[in-house]
Amino acid sequence: MQHGKYRFIVGFLAVPLGLYALFVVWPFIQSIYYSFTDWTGLSPDFKMVGFDNYTRMLHDDVFWKSLQHSLLFALVLPLVTISLALFFAFMINVGGRRRKGGPVISGVRGSSFYKIVYFFPQVLSIAIVSLLFAFAYNPDSGAINSLLRGIGLDHVQPLWLGDPSLALWCVMAVLVWSTTGFFVVLFSAGMASIPTELYESALLDGAGRATTFFRITLPLLWDTVQSGWVYMGILALGAESFAVVQIMTTGPGGPDYSTTVMVLYVYQKAFRDGQAAYATTIGVALLVVTLAFAAIVMRLGRRERLEF
Amino acid sequence: MKTTETPAPRPAESGAGVSKTDALAPKPDRRKKEGGVLNVFSHGVLIIWAIMVVTPLLWAVMTSFKSDSSIFGSPWSLPDKLHFDNWSRAWTQANMSDYFLNTVLVVGGSLIGTLVLGSMAAYVLARFDFPGNRFIYYLFVGGMSFPIMLALVPLFYVVNNMGMLNTIHGLILVYIAYSLPFTVFFLTAFFRTLPTSVAEAAFVDGASHTRTFFQIMLPMAKPGLISVGIFNFLGQWNQYMLPTVLNTDPDKKVLTQGLVQLAVSQGYKGDWSGLFAGLVMAMLPVLGAYIVFQRQVVQGLTAGALK
Repeated sequence: MQHGKYRFIVGFLAVPLGLYALFVVWPFIQSIYYSFTDWTGLSPDFKMVGFDNYTRMLHDDVFWKSLQHSLLFALVLPLVTISLALFFAFMINVGGRRRKGGPVISGVRGSSFYKIVYFFPQVLSIAIVSLLFAFAYNPDSGAINSLLRGIGLDHVQPLWLGDPSLALWCVMAVLVWSTTGFFVVLFSAGMASIPTELYESALLDGAGRATTFFRITLPLLWDTVQSGWVYMGILALGAESFAVVQIMTTGPGGPDYSTTVMVLYVYQKAFRDGQAAYATTIGVALLVVTLAFAAIVMRLGRRERLEF
Repeated sequence: MKTTETPAPRPAESGAGVSKTDALAPKPDRRKKEGGVLNVFSHGVLIIWAIMVVTPLLWAVMTSFKSDSSIFGSPWSLPDKLHFDNWSRAWTQANMSDYFLNTVLVVGGSLIGTLVLGSMAAYVLARFDFPGNRFIYYLFVGGMSFPIMLALVPLFYVVNNMGMLNTIHGLILVYIAYSLPFTVFFLTAFFRTLPTSVAEAAFVDGASHTRTFFQIMLPMAKPGLISVGIFNFLGQWNQYMLPTVLNTDPDKKVLTQGLVQLAVSQGYKGDWSGLFAGLVMAMLPVLGAYIVFQRQVVQGLTAGALK
């Protein structure tokens, strides 16, 4: 298969690689370069300023706030989402009742129904989900407070997104709502590939459900959990948190910057304030945080790989 | 032991959802008491989450048929009558038809482009040995973990310099570029699983590489293309960040940014029922596509993380 091989390879790779290099790789490299300039983004002129942007960033209160919030997103969201999803997936796949003569472990009745329904939010645009919940959170006429009034909790009427100490949690709750289903399906697929003999022998030895989960399911699912953790963290630091915060919270990232996150800050600096160079500097910080996050999770999560 | 763990009944606002899921719950089993309680508990938790997922969506559908005054006056009440005019008003006056058309054009173009270019690159990377193969592969795959925001600022100027800001084709090309990492990753793994013998036979029979690819390999890769195609359809249909930055012309807006703009704009003040109709309109195609293709969606989404 040598005839014309290289011409073919070049022909097939040129366009995809060209597009990718032009729109993804090249801007990516440029942005690191721009972070050492004083480029405004409005005019083509700029000059090198060394580490000025980085020094400025270290003295920027809003940057520290956004970093703090982003880190909170990256820690809390995967923890809550993945714990919930593991719990649901275990219930769905192993929580079923033992029937006489049936398999030792089985899913609950209606397991495929749950899997389909749980996945709904995942296919919806995060922008649309954010709009919907922004309405629901409305303190006067929103669905949530009106529900609270309906069940006699008239005195509990939080401002939700308008309350600086609550807004960030409200935003996170929406992301939990929208991503848990994906992990339920993901972990279900992983659990389905665990051989049933392992469960059978554990049950014969008298293991309860909790033991089964912690001694069999979780260890064998560890790789999936870990990559899910990294994936969720990258989302929480990046695209997803941008949409929820930008759409749901008012003003410059929530009341008193209480919900601002790094991605939103990059966006605002670049496209609202005309400080493109400084925006890329925060972007570089975001890249560092993302890579560090992935590295730490991979390192802490490393354990002997179990073959089955 | 009594079955005290039965979850408290939920308010009746999502009556349809409750009765449907309740029917699936098992009746407490007296013979295996412990298992019975646990089952009621696990079903209870699962049902509560199902209700939590479905309620906001049903609420949105319900609200889209209500009048403005009842949306704010009593958010949970059923519509007094079905206000279909909300839907027609949103479609015609609130530009939903334009946003829809723009989205269809952008997603249609990007989807075809992503699949054709992605499968070409993946095929070459999976089946041919050449210097730089690994490097190019990791260059593509590495894109999955980039924070897109970092590239977005210079990307804006790259697109601007090419005169493609606020154009449909500009958006298509950028969508394709940002869809390639996962597509190439997924399809490379897929092409590796296909048998080599068929392609070799075709080649021996005198077919060129290109012809072998389009006439033999691509049809064989159909299941993989469907999976990754639906994955990309959902992602591109729901894309918000890229159009927000690259596409600020009101006439070229796609659904997601159009809806967000409607929600904040002054010109649309007051017509919340129309906005809800628009929201539901934008949800329906993806929910429909998901229900029809849910097996492939799940395959496409889980493949990446399970490999």
